[in-house]
Amino acid sequence: MSIEVSGLTKIYGTQKALDDLTFSAKKGDILGFLGPNGAGKSTTMKILSCFIPQSSGTAKVCGMDVKTDSLKIRNVLGYLPESNPLYKDMYIKEYLGYIAKLYALPNPNQRVKDMIELTGLGREQNKLISQISKGYKQRVGLAQAMIHNPEVLIMDEPTSGLDPNQLAEIRNVIKEIGKEKVVIFSTHIMQEVEALCNRVVIINKGKIVIDDDIKQLSNISRGNNAVTIQFAPSSKINESNFRSIPALKEMIKVDHHIYRFTSDDKNDIRIDLFDAAVSSGLKIIRMEQNTFSMEDIFQQLTSSNQ
Amino acid sequence: MWTIALKETSSFFSSLAGFIISGIFLLVMGLMLFFFPDTSILSSNYANLDGLFYLAPTIFTFVIPAITMRFFAEELQSGTIELLATKPISDLKIILGKFLAGLFLIILCLLPTLIYYFTVYKLGSPEGNLDSGGIMGSYVGLLFLSACFLSIGIFASSLTSNQVVAFIIGAFLCFLCHWFFLYISKLPVFVGKIDYLIQKVGIDYHYTRMSKGVIDMKDVVFFLSVITFFITLTHFVLQRRKW
Repeated sequence: MSIEVSGLTKIYGTQKALDDLTFSAKKGDILGFLGPNGAGKSTTMKILSCFIPQSSGTAKVCGMDVKTDSLKIRNVLGYLPESNPLYKDMYIKEYLGYIAKLYALPNPNQRVKDMIELTGLGREQNKLISQISKGYKQRVGLAQAMIHNPEVLIMDEPTSGLDPNQLAEIRNVIKEIGKEKVVIFSTHIMQEVEALCNRVVIINKGKIVIDDDIKQLSNISRGNNAVTIQFAPSSKINESNFRSIPALKEMIKVDHHIYRFTSDDKNDIRIDLFDAAVSSGLKIIRMEQNTFSMEDIFQQLTSSNQ
Repeated sequence: MWTIALKETSSFFSSLAGFIISGIFLLVMGLMLFFFPDTSILSSNYANLDGLFYLAPTIFTFVIPAITMRFFAEELQSGTIELLATKPISDLKIILGKFLAGLFLIILCLLPTLIYYFTVYKLGSPEGNLDSGGIMGSYVGLLFLSACFLSIGIFASSLTSNQVVAFIIGAFLCFLCHWFFLYISKLPVFVGKIDYLIQKVGIDYHYTRMSKGVIDMKDVVFFLSVITFFITLTHFVLQRRKW
């Protein structure tokens, strides 16, 4: 139960969509696939799900090569395509039954029932797919991807269009499944990655910019400290008042009476700043420590080399 | 394969389009054969079904592409092709599944025309005075012709994500394969030289031979080759994404 991708390259005409991509995932991994639009996320997923072949490099799912064992892979892989295509003129149960039969499952009706329960489609189960809302359609898409109890689950933006409650439910479903399987999903929502994944792969322009454990990634982000302070409107701020703090690296004026202070190491300079403000008679009305979020990391990594 | 055939058939009848297409086919056939004096069996004074088998290719040129136009065009339009192609089923089986569904639908359209046979059988003088063997052969010929048109229609549908375009290309290709060679063979350049050979390439030549009640292996092989050719082309088009 694993995914191994090495040197994966995909060229569309003259455009290089994927450039020497290498990563792997093993059982129990929930791998978040991040990247700006057009970075190559969907292309990678399409190759892994045997929809299109790569130009060069290898991709293996459960030890089987996508080029030579495509039909076998499809039996152990669940795939939710990006736009969640569905047959709109079918009923939910009919549709899931059809998918179950395509997988030649021994007891399709039972699986359909299980999936409807798992994805919380119970109330809508007798409706036409064209009549249900986007969030429910997304659940139908998830249900069809998981109906054959796949060992590897690949989902292209599985949580788009869900309301906050549904989001939490679906995340729980994914988390539950991820314990015994390999899950790869792409998303634009950074909090989702923090909440769900144990591994993150960020790609930009077809190249991997980061492939890391989520915990280590959080450590990187805490490397720098920044504090924003808003002073009372009447204060007369003299920059030299703060220059005496040894750990202070930079002091930038953000707005009237709002300054950002950066320290060059892991020292917390908030107390020093407070003391310095008090000794020079300045009144602080707001002080905030800026920690770097996944979003900052994402922006830094994907915009710097443009 | 059977799963896909079953699904296509049921989605054909779950939409109004299925009933409209088969209904209009039967309505046109009924009007032409029993109502409009120019083509009516009743006013021809002969107890035969030649009118049906003469008209059928023309009507099928429109009816069959109308059935097949959504087969792949809709999948391409809605993106469900990605869903289908990532299921453990080969592209060829997807095509064959849809082909079978089409064949079933056409047989369903043709079944009611057996009523015409019994009508003419009863109206014959003396009763039952008609060439049943010839009609049997004609039905077989018509089935082969439908299967050819089906493969053409499915091919046309795989070319585009627009159903209207798929329909027009399909109807045009059916026309081309059926009549083009017959008509072009009548150009003065060909007459008396290779006109006979040119006609043999068209479907019409083989269909007309079968309509006489003669089921020749040569004709059967011809029909099967046309079907295989267009199914292979469709497969080729579907595999194009893998380039």
